[in-house]
Amino acid sequence: MALDERRAAAPGTDSGSGVGTPDGMPADSPHPRMGFFTDTSVCIGCKACEVACKEWNAVPEDGLNFTAMSFDNSGGLGADTWRHVAFIEQRASVGVQESGVGRPDGAAAPVDLGMPSFDKPGDAAGADERGEFRWLMSSDVCKHCTHAACLDVCPTGALFRTEFGTVVVQEDICNGCGYCVPACPYGVIDKREDDGRVWKCTLCYDRLGEGLEPACAKACPTDSIQFGELDELRARADERVRHLHEAGIDSARLYGRDPDDGVGGDGAFFLLLDEPEVYGLPPDPVVTTRDLPSMWRHAGAAAAVLLAGITATFLGRRR
Amino acid sequence: MSTSDVTREGIRGAHPGREALTGAVSTLDGHRRDHPSRRRVRRGEPEFRSYYDKPVLNQIVWEPRDIAGYLFLGGLAGASSVLAAGADLTDRPDLARPLKYTALGAITGSVAALVNDLGRPARFVNMLRVLKWTSPMSVGSWILAAYGPLAGAAAVSQATGILPGLGRTAAVGAAALGPAVAAYTAPLICDTAVPAWHEGYREMPFVFVGSAAAAAGGMGMATAPVEQAAPARRAAVLGSVLETAALWRMEHRMGMVAKPYREGRSGGLMRAAKILTVAGAAGALLGGRNRAVSAVAGAALLAGSACTRFGVFSAGVASAADPKYTVVPQRQRLEERKTDAAISAAKAAASSPSPGPEEPSDS
Ligand code: SF4
Ligand code: SF4
Repeated sequence: MALDERRAAAPGTDSGSGVGTPDGMPADSPHPRMGFFTDTSVCIGCKACEVACKEWNAVPEDGLNFTAMSFDNSGGLGADTWRHVAFIEQRASVGVQESGVGRPDGAAAPVDLGMPSFDKPGDAAGADERGEFRWLMSSDVCKHCTHAACLDVCPTGALFRTEFGTVVVQEDICNGCGYCVPACPYGVIDKREDDGRVWKCTLCYDRLGEGLEPACAKACPTDSIQFGELDELRARADERVRHLHEAGIDSARLYGRDPDDGVGGDGAFFLLLDEPEVYGLPPDPVVTTRDLPSMWRHAGAAAAVLLAGITATFLGRRR
Repeated sequence: MSTSDVTREGIRGAHPGREALTGAVSTLDGHRRDHPSRRRVRRGEPEFRSYYDKPVLNQIVWEPRDIAGYLFLGGLAGASSVLAAGADLTDRPDLARPLKYTALGAITGSVAALVNDLGRPARFVNMLRVLKWTSPMSVGSWILAAYGPLAGAAAVSQATGILPGLGRTAAVGAAALGPAVAAYTAPLICDTAVPAWHEGYREMPFVFVGSAAAAAGGMGMATAPVEQAAPARRAAVLGSVLETAALWRMEHRMGMVAKPYREGRSGGLMRAAKILTVAGAAGALLGGRNRAVSAVAGAALLAGSACTRFGVFSAGVASAADPKYTVVPQRQRLEERKTDAAISAAKAAASSPSPGPEEPSDS
């Protein structure tokens, strides 16, 4: 498909209505909506997704630092970090880190890779001897919101909704006004200082067009990152949560799955093992443009007050 | 002192799992601000959890000088045009003249600031590539594109005496668009996820037009002869009252998110704004017919308006930089929703004819 065609359609497809199309899809798309389901309960924190993303998208390095707080060295999402693996260490039951937890009935047994192995630390000790400790790891990414604030506020139309229902910046149009940066309720999109424009995850728009899955999902060794049709992913996620709850892991919950939440549901959603804010995610994000009609009304009233007020100053006695 | 022995069978007597604290830098106290999974508790502060105390939002990339300066200049220009047109129509040429020049100068400065703040200034015209109602910046660009030339024509015709009729018409046109120029900047900043801006979206337009009227009134007082400046003095007083009242309401309604308006650098700016504005308004009321008092009060009003804009801007910056302003209100909202759901479920259960959940329902 000609790129120009998509662009010509871009400004009209998602503006106008206040908060975008109800289901986060352009009206005339021949494709189903695609997305990510990131199941953090199987993430091993290997950062293969971060690396694959950088490689494929030629994202510049984002600082070779230690954050001095955990194994997290990229800190958070930004112009040069489109996948970010969060590391959280907690004094909590280790149970969730046993491999194979929540496997559906009838699933194949774990494969023995024939690796030299040791007992897991603490296996020899009794349960009461073991320390309470768990590691939460989660690969964060742009949520490709159904009602995307970044897209709504972009004055140039550089941000647009693709035929896959994802949200992408056209780098040849963005003029670096920076409006989308504070508009995003998740802190995803950011400005690359030496370049002047904003950058974020494209859900590998170029790969999708060729029928390939995004680089991060392809690289993920545990299938913590799953790519697919959003409807199918949602069904799969529901089942996964059910299995985890049956296995006694009550803290498992889905984040961004609900199409009725403040952003109309995320195109990239998550299974978390603790409250969202622990992972640096907002607990109840709302697309800011939901209130925009009211903002315009208030601004209109204020403008009328200004006009009337200054007019009134000319009435009265002349002195 | 070591309590462990290294033997052929391994280490004996060590209790690493019991003694070692979880967390990579637990030994480097002071390097780490907070334990990620622990609730942050400070005196008088709400409890909340966060990811190493890092902000949820990405930080505002706008330069304060450019964008807060733009908020101030845009307001000054818009309200000046309205005052100038009124002065024109009521035959106060010495009030109209400086205000027309002010409008042109301020709008030129504000557009320059806007362009300067772009990451790609050469692509400024992309602002007029589309018109999107969902983007106050897009709407504002079109407003500026219409207003700028009108304000310019009014000022140039005034200065040169060329085409006076057209100049007057342009001045009226600029006055019609002026309030939009002054007011749209409120939705501009409120239509973001920045807590201290978004939560104030109802009052912010009134704060901004009040501040704009005070600034334009101040400019009129400072530049026009006192005999012609009465409308400017009234505009200054009205604007100051509106701004102060709207700010008061906004801070009271916003709850904990109002904190940046009272604390830190932004709080200092807001206090300075209040003092300058109130003093300027008092000067306009009491000593407006004195040339010197008028000039000083006018300058105070202009400075007050600028402080308001820089204060509001830096309050937004502060609220985006601290996760508590994002997490606490959202958490509260969630809890309230949960309670509401529980209450309505209980009510539904109480009013339902079915005797209990165990009984199978026929319908
Ligand atoms: S998460 Fe942020 S950057 Fe991504 S689509 Fe939503 S608003 Fe835009
Ligand atoms: S920085 Fe670029 S993508 Fe973001 S709102 Fe401005 S023009 Fe649109």
